[in-house]
Amino acid sequence: MTEAPQPGSSGASPSAGSQDEYWSRNIRYLVILLSVWFVVSYGFGIVFAESLNAMNLPGTNYPLGFWFAQQGSVYVFVVLIFIYVWLMNRLDVEFDVDEGAES
Amino acid sequence: MSALTVQQWTLLMVGLSFALYIGIAIWSRAGSTKDFYVAGTGVSPLANGMATAADWMSAASFISMAGIISFIGYDGSVYLMGWTGGYVLLALLLAPYLRKYGAFTVPDFVGDRYYSQAARKVAVACAIFVSFTYVAGQMRGVGIVFGRFLEVDVNVGVGIGMAIVFFYAVLGGMKGITYTQVAQYCVLIFAYMVPAIFLSIMITGTAIPQLGLGGVDVNTGTAILERLNGLHEQLGFAPYTSGTKSTLDVFFITAALMVGTAGLPHVIIRFYTVPRVRDARISVGWALLFISLLYTTAPAVAVFARTNLINSVQDVPYEQVPEWFTKWEETGLVSFTDANNDGRIQYVGPDSPMTNELTVDRDIMVLANPEIANLPGWVIGLVAAGGLAAALSTAAGLLLVISSAVSHDLLKRSYMPDISEKQELVAARVAAGVAVIIAGYFGMNPPGFVAQVVAFAFGLAASSFFPAIILGIFSKRTTREGAILGMVLGITFTAAYIVYFNFVAPEQNNADHWWFGISPEGIGTVGMLLNFAITIGVSRFTPAPPAEVQVLVEQIRVPRGAGEAHELHG
Repeated sequence: MTEAPQPGSSGASPSAGSQDEYWSRNIRYLVILLSVWFVVSYGFGIVFAESLNAMNLPGTNYPLGFWFAQQGSVYVFVVLIFIYVWLMNRLDVEFDVDEGAES
Repeated sequence: MSALTVQQWTLLMVGLSFALYIGIAIWSRAGSTKDFYVAGTGVSPLANGMATAADWMSAASFISMAGIISFIGYDGSVYLMGWTGGYVLLALLLAPYLRKYGAFTVPDFVGDRYYSQAARKVAVACAIFVSFTYVAGQMRGVGIVFGRFLEVDVNVGVGIGMAIVFFYAVLGGMKGITYTQVAQYCVLIFAYMVPAIFLSIMITGTAIPQLGLGGVDVNTGTAILERLNGLHEQLGFAPYTSGTKSTLDVFFITAALMVGTAGLPHVIIRFYTVPRVRDARISVGWALLFISLLYTTAPAVAVFARTNLINSVQDVPYEQVPEWFTKWEETGLVSFTDANNDGRIQYVGPDSPMTNELTVDRDIMVLANPEIANLPGWVIGLVAAGGLAAALSTAAGLLLVISSAVSHDLLKRSYMPDISEKQELVAARVAAGVAVIIAGYFGMNPPGFVAQVVAFAFGLAASSFFPAIILGIFSKRTTREGAILGMVLGITFTAAYIVYFNFVAPEQNNADHWWFGISPEGIGTVGMLLNFAITIGVSRFTPAPPAEVQVLVEQIRVPRGAGEAHELHG
């Protein structure tokens, strides 16, 4: 990737510029993941639950809004965390701030 | 095998599980304060995930939650989403950074980040208050399980629970608690899933309860949820899959529970126990995966239990009630009054022209469920052992927060900085011991409002810790004046609203008097927003934090170097 820091930058304290870039990428991930988190639970599970209940989750007998509130949102939460872990571990390596060499 | 009675099975299951916990406690004794507070930061992420799941899922999750959902249907979603969604916040906003910082306690971080002993003491007070209210409820849960299944006095039950927790919490500290919690998770999830799978097969023909809930009834061929909605309509209850609470209130309650979860000290400190930042991240993922196993099963159990309950009692002659009915009637948790003197049980809702004659306590649904469904005796014994595992594991985690707040934050970091490592460890053990005794006292003599206060602990955590920690990480400009004022006013506002509607003017505790229709359960969200606003506002007009604090914030934002963090300020 083009935004990767110079390999020479010293391990624990990367140069200020690359750390700002690392942080803003982190914030971007947070905004995207937390938007999904919000839409699924507060949107589908609460605000729009009643209207979504007009249909069933395809292939089952769950009213859709009820499903999001009692099952679906929980599944999405789990997946979101694992996506976050994957993204951040990749980002750490890219900016050379990972803990691979330690412990 | 069938020669054993239900009570003997219960004794056997509970006895075996207790022997296991004691064995683990002896094997994992704590040798240093680092062992005692954070299990030597040597816990694997997977084991920490299981321990966190057991730490988190209390008697409320195991015993009460499915029962509550069973009675309020869709409205119960606030607990399902609220008590799981907070883990997303923990994973993305808190756990990795707090692990990098490498403190022993939550007040430790607050005190150092806000360069202020006052901030530390405010945090200690919040942590102790939140944890004590919570732990008393757990001890009560222990007492109820003993009382019902082993027919011993509730106080004797609390005493036995205290002795067990005392043994492994005082001896092993966080290290003992962690490995006991791993075992307790296995016991509780097995105990929860077995009856749920039995019920799902009996009612829907599928072995996976999560799918069974969206399936059809094997006998009638109608959809489970549609059939329950039909029964509700016929008997004058609100439809199961739609709510009766206002959308705004559901929104605010869910938010308060989510944010409160992410701000509870006994949950946060679990992520101090893993070796690296990346372990802290993945460990939150494992924790939520293990929790979600129970949390996605609970709504299925709720529906099966509700359907079974209605079918087994509605319009049944009182002379012919099943055995479980009579047994629970003796405890006063099920009661029947024959209003129309026809000798039959009329179980109907508020919209029915008939008078309801039956009251069933919500808390018994999970415990009575196996009996209602005629499951074998060993399953009933297993459920009792699971309920105890849930209550004891949470109690131990809370007691550790209280003990470390006293020995580490108050003694070592505030009043007696010269205390030696050995003395601090002794102080931590004494504090844990005293906390067990106080918790046991409250379990035997519960203030009438324990159950309510436990629910409100979330609002209090949401309105105090959460904004202080988040802003401490994500905004370098946040000052001690802002954080202290925010925590104090946030928690005071929330506590005042709760106390007013529950204890000062309980007759006004309804939607007509609540501000904007927000119930006391949901007010923590407003308290949190208030805390954020105050902290950010005040920080603008007070001098910026010292340079070394700003460097500290820079450091906790990158993972590398977590292993050494302790030595920086130990």
